[in-house]
Amino acid sequence: MEFSLNPTQMMIQQMARKFALNEVKPTAADTDETAVFPWENVKKMQRYGLMGMNMPVEVGGAGTDDISYVIAVEELSKVCATTGVILSAHNSLFCDPLLKFGTPEQQEHYLRPAASGKKLGAFALTEPNAGTDAASQVTRAVKVEKGYRLNGTKIFITNAGEADYYVIFAMTDASKGTRGISAFILEKGWEGFTFGRVEEKMGIHGSSTRELVFRDVFVPQENLLGQEGEGFKIAMVTLDGGRIGIAAQAVGIAQGALDETIAYIKQREQFKRPISQFQAVQFMIADMQTQTSAARLLTYQAADAKTRGLPYSDLAAMAKLFASETAGFVTNKAVQLHGGYGYTREYPVERMMRDAKITEIYEGTSEVQRMVISSHAIG
Amino acid sequence: MKIIVCVKQVPDTKEIRIDPEKGTMIRKGVPSIINPDDRHALEYALSLKDQDSNTEVVVLSMGPKQAKNALIECLCMGADQAILLSDSAFSGADTWATANTLAAAVRKLMPFDLILCGQQAIDGDTAQVGPQLAERLAIPQVTYTRAIQLEDHAIVVERQMEDGYEVVKAALPALITATRKLNTPRYMNIRDIVKIHQMDDPVQIWDLNYLKLDPDQTGLKGSPTRVKRSFSPTPSSEVTFLTGSTEEMVSSLLDALKNLNLIGK
Repeated sequence: MEFSLNPTQMMIQQMARKFALNEVKPTAADTDETAVFPWENVKKMQRYGLMGMNMPVEVGGAGTDDISYVIAVEELSKVCATTGVILSAHNSLFCDPLLKFGTPEQQEHYLRPAASGKKLGAFALTEPNAGTDAASQVTRAVKVEKGYRLNGTKIFITNAGEADYYVIFAMTDASKGTRGISAFILEKGWEGFTFGRVEEKMGIHGSSTRELVFRDVFVPQENLLGQEGEGFKIAMVTLDGGRIGIAAQAVGIAQGALDETIAYIKQREQFKRPISQFQAVQFMIADMQTQTSAARLLTYQAADAKTRGLPYSDLAAMAKLFASETAGFVTNKAVQLHGGYGYTREYPVERMMRDAKITEIYEGTSEVQRMVISSHAIG
Repeated sequence: MKIIVCVKQVPDTKEIRIDPEKGTMIRKGVPSIINPDDRHALEYALSLKDQDSNTEVVVLSMGPKQAKNALIECLCMGADQAILLSDSAFSGADTWATANTLAAAVRKLMPFDLILCGQQAIDGDTAQVGPQLAERLAIPQVTYTRAIQLEDHAIVVERQMEDGYEVVKAALPALITATRKLNTPRYMNIRDIVKIHQMDDPVQIWDLNYLKLDPDQTGLKGSPTRVKRSFSPTPSSEVTFLTGSTEEMVSSLLDALKNLNLIGK
């Protein structure tokens, strides 16, 4: 068992850290304040091969392993959770299902531009009345000549409106429940495919979270992803991978808050000494550090299993559950240790605490992760 | 076009610590980086390659084996070839011996169009190796470059001066030393990081035998200068930081100056 990064992973960490500090950190507060999608960051990430990094070179990616990808999401999320999730949604939720289930033609047409950083991707499963209960979805795809006609809406879609390509789930046979769901690849700009309400969120303000609206959208037969009725399986497999990305985002948020806090307690003086000299403060730091390190190890383990082709569904769920709850715990303590200043927008821990919450909710709530984990444990 | 970029691996620290007994720098525990000015030299070369894919960028360094890491980083930024001049005979070199060794390597890389160096290294701060290398090779040199324009067989360079800038035209091949004003260096690219790490030996090592150098012309033996002593200067006076509002600080400053009899009471 090897517990250190290999030279490639170390260099990617070095690059991602420097990139995040110099390019992303300076605009993170502004991105939160203005809630504008950080296209400048995304373009730079495309230029440097981060978008699609863990896709094979043959389909246009950089060909990294999943630990390297996790490291990149982590480093970005340490300074800006919004930028971290844009990378995670693109790589895990769009590129990954195309790599696993796409035909060679679909991979050439949609995956190559996405993996090589020319186009941005998104994934749309959730509906107002179909979150975890995917079988309740009402978006319908009716078979017509040479393809399908889609009607319905999706909500809470990350990268919506900004992305060029979308993996969309719709019912092709409602009588079959989850076995009646199919997956499709849609392009922004197609007739009848529009973007609705922009959500006003607690955190990750710069991440685009919007409604997708389909009114008689014609989808050609060749844009069916996988087989008809295979959509639920595609969604579940994709989310297993996506959870590793969100776990990495959560580890990054926690580490970012911890770094800010350690710097703060060393310079903040009360009773004529830095508050880092008080044991009550030291013990809080010890718990924050321990949980963050444990969350990182679980996340790396899940990523490693994915790269090796081993089962990782339960590992990804454990990583996401533990890392997201750690991000919640650590950012809460970070605000506490900053005292009154921590509650103001003058310090980034306030934003980090708001950003952390979503990691316990999207791509399966903590409760869903517990269902996945217990079903693997108990059988 | 063939461009040679000379880079140096240097310790990344603002607080260089000196071993009080040996008078040498303590390198242990200090991470190594590409000398900052050298990044600007490399960036210029890579920007020419962006414009014309026929441009070949060779990075060259002299140093211990671990300097390979700095060269690997250059490759991950987009350089085509990396050469490390490494031999125990090269160690302890001053700038003269270093320029000798680099010149021997450059002669093996001929013909070339341009040599780019950083203005100076953050460890030695001499700014001598670039000019000395140009003299060894008997080619034109322009130092302290803040902007470059490429013409046919020539370059027009803006040279940073203390109170303005000079415009200098030089025939190619020439040597340029770059300042930080020249450009903004790029990051490593994830694609190149993966590609370079899949190669067995991305960095070529050239030793004394390969360069066919006289051992008396290189390393400590070939160095006409000697470091007599290195030390950290001890502060000769105390500094007091004034705190409070602007009014309070100004008032404290006036009091202090009055007490020192520097201004009238």
